[in-house]
Amino acid sequence: MSTQLITERVATRRRSLRARAVAALGPLTMLGGVCWAFLQPYRITLLHPHDQGFWWLFVQPPLLAVLVGVVFALFVAPGVIEDLQAEER
Amino acid sequence: MEPPAEHVHWLFATGFLLLGLCLLARALVGEDVWSRRPWRAYLWPSLLFLMGVLMWPVMVFYTNSMIHMVAHGAWAQTMMLAGAAELGLVRGKLHNVAWRLAMPLALVVSGVAILVHEQNGWLFSRAAFLHHVIGWTALIGALFPLIGAFRRRSPVWSSGFAITFVVIAVFLYSDRDVAPIFGHLSPLAGEQHR
Repeated sequence: MSTQLITERVATRRRSLRARAVAALGPLTMLGGVCWAFLQPYRITLLHPHDQGFWWLFVQPPLLAVLVGVVFALFVAPGVIEDLQAEER
Repeated sequence: MEPPAEHVHWLFATGFLLLGLCLLARALVGEDVWSRRPWRAYLWPSLLFLMGVLMWPVMVFYTNSMIHMVAHGAWAQTMMLAGAAELGLVRGKLHNVAWRLAMPLALVVSGVAILVHEQNGWLFSRAAFLHHVIGWTALIGALFPLIGAFRRRSPVWSSGFAITFVVIAVFLYSDRDVAPIFGHLSPLAGEQHR
């Protein structure tokens, strides 16, 4: 195998790693939020909504972390990966 | 009707987390790919500017002393300045490399303000500890955009810059109005919340 081919393959693998890393950012953030919810379930006031004020119901940190992951994964990451793959070609 | 202070910290943590993820993706793919779609190029500076704007109501409604008001006002101004400078650079209205120093300036001013306005020691309460640790994180984190301003292509500095915001988000999510830190809680801090 020629040196040029090996170099190209290594470069392609590195680039695809970048795409995978971008794709993983959203799910990893969601996973972090879910793990936090299991570690501190009392932070999810939806599980016990009685006698909770508006802000305790509206702002639930583990859910906010999951929401950030969802927003990033749905609205930002796909376009970035698409543009990265176009650049690679 | 105002949210407790810890809720405000969590909302800002959410903004910083989204900002950090965008910057991390930008660091991974490079500025050229990130800026292929114009809306995406404007995304993180706009988010930073918006967070600066939203800091003003925090300054008005949550400051109980002059030093708190000055600190929050300084954050609001420098976050808006950094966001606006980056918007100007992305739009092509600003060209001088010195405008890229607005971001490290914002982090240095924020770091100093947060350290100066925390009057209690590290182990007074969790909030006091987080003020100290966020202040130092911002100060040290300022090195990344400072060096990155002159070494634009290096992923190390842009990744470090992005991770700074993710770390600040984690610290802000850890904030509680009155809670112990490593088992320490000063009796002067008040009654512990949940």
